[in-house]
Amino acid sequence: MCAKKVTKVQGQVPTTGHSWDGIEELDNPMPRWWVWVFYVTIIWGIGYTIAYPAWPLIHGATKGLLGYNDRVAVAAEIQTWDDKNAEIKAQLISTDLGAIKDDPTLASYAENAGAAVFRTYCAQCHGAGAAGVQSLGYPNLLDNDWLWGGTLDDILTTVTHGIRNTTDADARYSEMPKWGVDGLLEDAQIDDVTQYVLQISGQDHDAAKAAAGQQLYIDNCASCHGETGEGDRAQGAPNLVDKIWLYGSTPEAIHQSIYYSRFGVMPDWGARLSEDQIRAVAYYVHALGGGE
Amino acid sequence: MWDYVKLIVLGAIAVGAAIAANYGHDLAYTVNAIEVMLAAAIAFVVVLRGVGEPKVVNQGEYLDGVIRAGVIATTFWAVVGFLAGVFIASQLAFPWLNFEFLQGIGNFGRLRPLHTSAVIFAFGGNALIMTAFYVVQRTSAARLWGGNLAWWVFWGWQLVIVLAATGYVLGGTQSKEYAEPTWYVDWLLTVVWVLYLAVYAGTLMKRKEPHIYVANWFYLSFIITIAMLHLVNNMAIPVSLLSSQSVQVTSGVQDAMIQWWYGHNAVGFFLTAGFLGMMYYFVPKQAERPIFSYKLSIIHFWALIFLYIWAGPHHLHYTALPEWAATLGMVFSVILWMPSWGGMINGLMTLSGAWDKLRTDPIIRMMVVAVGFYGMSTFEGPMMSIKSVNSLSHYTDWTIGHVHSGALGWNGMITFGALYFLTPRLWNRESLYSLKLVSWHFWLATIGIVLYASSMWVSGIMEGLMWREVDANGFLVNAFADTVAAKFPMNVIRALGGALYLTGGLIMAYNLWMTVRAQPAKAPVNANNFVPAE
Repeated sequence: MCAKKVTKVQGQVPTTGHSWDGIEELDNPMPRWWVWVFYVTIIWGIGYTIAYPAWPLIHGATKGLLGYNDRVAVAAEIQTWDDKNAEIKAQLISTDLGAIKDDPTLASYAENAGAAVFRTYCAQCHGAGAAGVQSLGYPNLLDNDWLWGGTLDDILTTVTHGIRNTTDADARYSEMPKWGVDGLLEDAQIDDVTQYVLQISGQDHDAAKAAAGQQLYIDNCASCHGETGEGDRAQGAPNLVDKIWLYGSTPEAIHQSIYYSRFGVMPDWGARLSEDQIRAVAYYVHALGGGE
Repeated sequence: MWDYVKLIVLGAIAVGAAIAANYGHDLAYTVNAIEVMLAAAIAFVVVLRGVGEPKVVNQGEYLDGVIRAGVIATTFWAVVGFLAGVFIASQLAFPWLNFEFLQGIGNFGRLRPLHTSAVIFAFGGNALIMTAFYVVQRTSAARLWGGNLAWWVFWGWQLVIVLAATGYVLGGTQSKEYAEPTWYVDWLLTVVWVLYLAVYAGTLMKRKEPHIYVANWFYLSFIITIAMLHLVNNMAIPVSLLSSQSVQVTSGVQDAMIQWWYGHNAVGFFLTAGFLGMMYYFVPKQAERPIFSYKLSIIHFWALIFLYIWAGPHHLHYTALPEWAATLGMVFSVILWMPSWGGMINGLMTLSGAWDKLRTDPIIRMMVVAVGFYGMSTFEGPMMSIKSVNSLSHYTDWTIGHVHSGALGWNGMITFGALYFLTPRLWNRESLYSLKLVSWHFWLATIGIVLYASSMWVSGIMEGLMWREVDANGFLVNAFADTVAAKFPMNVIRALGGALYLTGGLIMAYNLWMTVRAQPAKAPVNANNFVPAE
């Protein structure tokens, strides 16, 4: 680019007279643009530290002439949105959940707000698309199978208080016995019950063992899961005769559920989210497709 | 007498390590103790075999054996580090590569520090130690000080690397980025580093040249500052002398500030000042041109040294760090722009008048690209330290792209240039095995870097924009997982770029190997004898 010019200059520039292992140094001046840009950044730096919080003193630091502060700026930005949405948030809280869908503006707000809340707080377990994690105990929220009920009010309660947590006294709670660990059933008996559960859910099973398991089921499991295995939402007991399995439908998974029990936990979002956020997310989840 | 002291110390270390291995509380500690035991035992045998041997040292000859070992180690760790990088980049693109059987040893979380330490400390560290020993001897016209102390530095450094690496995969880490090694590895590293400083400074003190060459200023500042950073950042109390775990002396935001004061200056002094030392020797040597401006080297050296040390807080913008500290970190980072570019100007302008060599000499081409990437990333760095830019770029792939354009482009390329320069000279060969392969290496590496850096820019900016995207009511539009899904194509391109870079590294290893094995030796006319240049 400028090789020609520099070569010419270098022809006239002496070296410093030092030489190390054959390396010499020319006595060129520093490029002027380099020096000036350096000066400009220094001057800018001094100006910037006068304008903004910068220099530490004995008590606190200089506040800066512009009076700018990160925390204040963030609070102001949050306030802007809060002010903007205050009216519709109040409307969301005062409107009956079932009536939200009748007001297009409110419904659109609830769905968007709910989606945002969901992506921020719920997606970690239930997935960004709300399909849960199959076989790992994170329920799919898109289907119409609900452990604790799928009406708007049911979902609102679940989100507000959570499930089996230790932080909310009103959390939904139930606990399946650890049939194997606590020695309530023999290993062979658990096998039999497993085969019976496979039978009533319409899967391949060992008929003899299933027959033996039937009475065990009636005696031990039916009080929660029901005589026919249709489950009980009042205590979050899963339906055993449908095709939807929270922890997997293989004999191994079912055996493990009976032997060790399961204990899925969900936080009480009422403690962390505002009422309008919770109502929005309940509305959003309900509207995903499986709501009742 | 001195040999017996060494034998006693080494024997005591071997026995002590054996006992420690037996009583160790965790696997990482036990394995590390066994490694120390083996290392001490081997050193014991080596010293024992040398007892009573007459030590003939030609003081008029450079100590080059340790530098040859350094060239081999640098090349070896380059391939290891790049391979680890390509693998973890692939794990990010294809999570199934976190195989079930690798859980707890070879999943991304365990391998990521292995990659960063392998490239920075194993590859970069060996390159720095080796070239520093070469450059200080040549520019001082003096043999390395301290007898075979340089060998202890070399092997001590390899031991640090092996201990750190095996520790990481077994879960031994103090969870500080770029300072992951556990407390006893930190102690060993301190000893090795002090020996390194002693050899380096000792050689400078007995130099036969009246002045100290600029490359040595940079090397010396790098060695001293890294010692200071390492000591302060690793102040920790072991929970037990038999455990790999330790507790940091500082906590909370103080610890974070010290960590990034260290972290940024590891970049500033390890990867910038040290490698500038390399640049100041190998560029003028390879180009056979004088350094462009002595004045510029003085001013930019002192400005760089003074300013870099303040820039750390820009890693903690918008965190619990007080705002004033963030402001200062940002301001010093921006002022650092020109001092950083001073090195680039001096490097590029040194080549002026030798531009024709760009066509014929692929090694010069590598050095030019190295200096170019240096200039680019030292512009990008100050820009990213500006708070409003940082609010977009922070925590995104942009940062990773920035680091790699510096690491692959600047540190990698200048080291490759130095390796190609050194190998024929150290093994007394007439020339490199194949300049054509150097050309291949050059193009593979350059295209690899471009793919890597550009995919990470796109990915990072997209990620930052997705994270901050809000709808008309101020609600976030994207879930975190949405950004992960959106990054997939860029992650694949990144892994591909890394694979090209790795391929270039393998070609270099082959080329250097064949240079030593198959090239004819140069006529041994006082090859190793030095003459003070003045």
